[in-house]
Amino acid sequence: MAAGPVIIVGAAMGGLRTAEALRKSGYAGELSVIGEELHAPYNRPPLSKDVLAGEVNHDAVAFPQRAATADVTWLLGRRVGSVDLAAHQLTTADGAVHPFRALVIATGIRPRRLDLPWYEGRHIVRTLDDAMALRDELVEGARIVVVGSGFIGCEVAATARKLGCEVTIVSPSALPIIRPLGAELAKEIQRRQEAHGVSFRLGRTITALSVHDGGSQLSGVVLDDGSAIDADILIEAIGSECNSEWLAGTGLDCSDGVLADGAMRAVSLDGTVHDDVYVVGDIARFPNPMFDDVPRRVEHWNIPTDTGKRAGAVLAAWLADDGTFAEIANQRFAPMPSFWSNQFEVSLQAYGLPGLADHIRLLEGELSSEAIMGYYRGDKLVGVVGLGLKAALVPYRQVIAGA
Amino acid sequence: MIKIEVDMTLCQHYGQCVFEAPNIFALDDDSKLSYLAEADDSERDNVESAIDVCPMQAIRILE
Repeated sequence: MAAGPVIIVGAAMGGLRTAEALRKSGYAGELSVIGEELHAPYNRPPLSKDVLAGEVNHDAVAFPQRAATADVTWLLGRRVGSVDLAAHQLTTADGAVHPFRALVIATGIRPRRLDLPWYEGRHIVRTLDDAMALRDELVEGARIVVVGSGFIGCEVAATARKLGCEVTIVSPSALPIIRPLGAELAKEIQRRQEAHGVSFRLGRTITALSVHDGGSQLSGVVLDDGSAIDADILIEAIGSECNSEWLAGTGLDCSDGVLADGAMRAVSLDGTVHDDVYVVGDIARFPNPMFDDVPRRVEHWNIPTDTGKRAGAVLAAWLADDGTFAEIANQRFAPMPSFWSNQFEVSLQAYGLPGLADHIRLLEGELSSEAIMGYYRGDKLVGVVGLGLKAALVPYRQVIAGA
Repeated sequence: MIKIEVDMTLCQHYGQCVFEAPNIFALDDDSKLSYLAEADDSERDNVESAIDVCPMQAIRILE
């Protein structure tokens, strides 16, 4: 076993939960967390809502620090450039070499960007700094184009509209959030967004940007049908890319995120399972026996916490070397995916993986008020989405879990 | 004893806490959260798990 600390790369929710789980499971040795952002771990869902809408700062969204992790070394504002698994060391962009005994990969994802020229007025919403840079621009009467009609695009559009902006959502999709919600619920989301004054240009892509004369300030977007929309601000919410470039040359399977087994141990392209390298959060592609044995990346809010706790417990057992490792690593790991979305008065809550469904049924209520939609693969319920009706959703969660 | 506080201005009644600490938190039939403000120390782990899974980060243990 190599000497040195456990190093967690990635100082967001997944890294924090892994550090807490290592301590809770009895690992008392050196533990460092390296993160690119300058902020200590914080909760991202408010970024598209409260942080954009008000004067919320880091304190309001920071995760509470617990006594158990008081002695963790936080190396913030540092990017990892490369890692050598055989030599058990990584190198940060400033050239410093950090040896490690075990490594946790928690570098997550970043927003995909439009492949168009850079102009002032192009924004994303992923980090606290992104949200704080955008919110000063969301003033009454500002003309906002949101490209992308997924959850983040729809939430940001709702927030901007509530602040008095003129908002248009442009998306190649036929309906907003059609994947994973399905057409019926997606139509209802669109209807409610439109009732609040959000405009949609669906089935369209942005092919060019325009700028004010002689400057670099965005003035509008051009769509693939040749039409133009005046815009002061363009918010890009068109999906994500994995922060896995620093793992080049390691032999790990980075074809979509980083492949892990059910113990969150990293897996190489040649099938080698690494007892001393773990993957957590948005970047982890792992199997969930609640559904099948297909490894998937799941970008839901609960996943960094569930995978971080799992990785921390397994890694602590390996480090303890007390004979419990094999048993703990082989325990069934089947976290319930769950996500939430607030847009205007719309409160959506989901369990399972609705995107796996081959058919969808209305289970309760009416889409025009409150409803529960069931998502089935064959005759098995694989997902459920509630529009309101939170308490009534709970029994379906148990059905999905197979409990 | 531990003292528990939920910021009801943040709470959206998602009920995730109910799965982690069912002795402390409950959703009633019209989907409103209720909770016990005091609990035995033996509930600390469950309440910490409830804090972790709250999407609104509305739950605290008052130390």
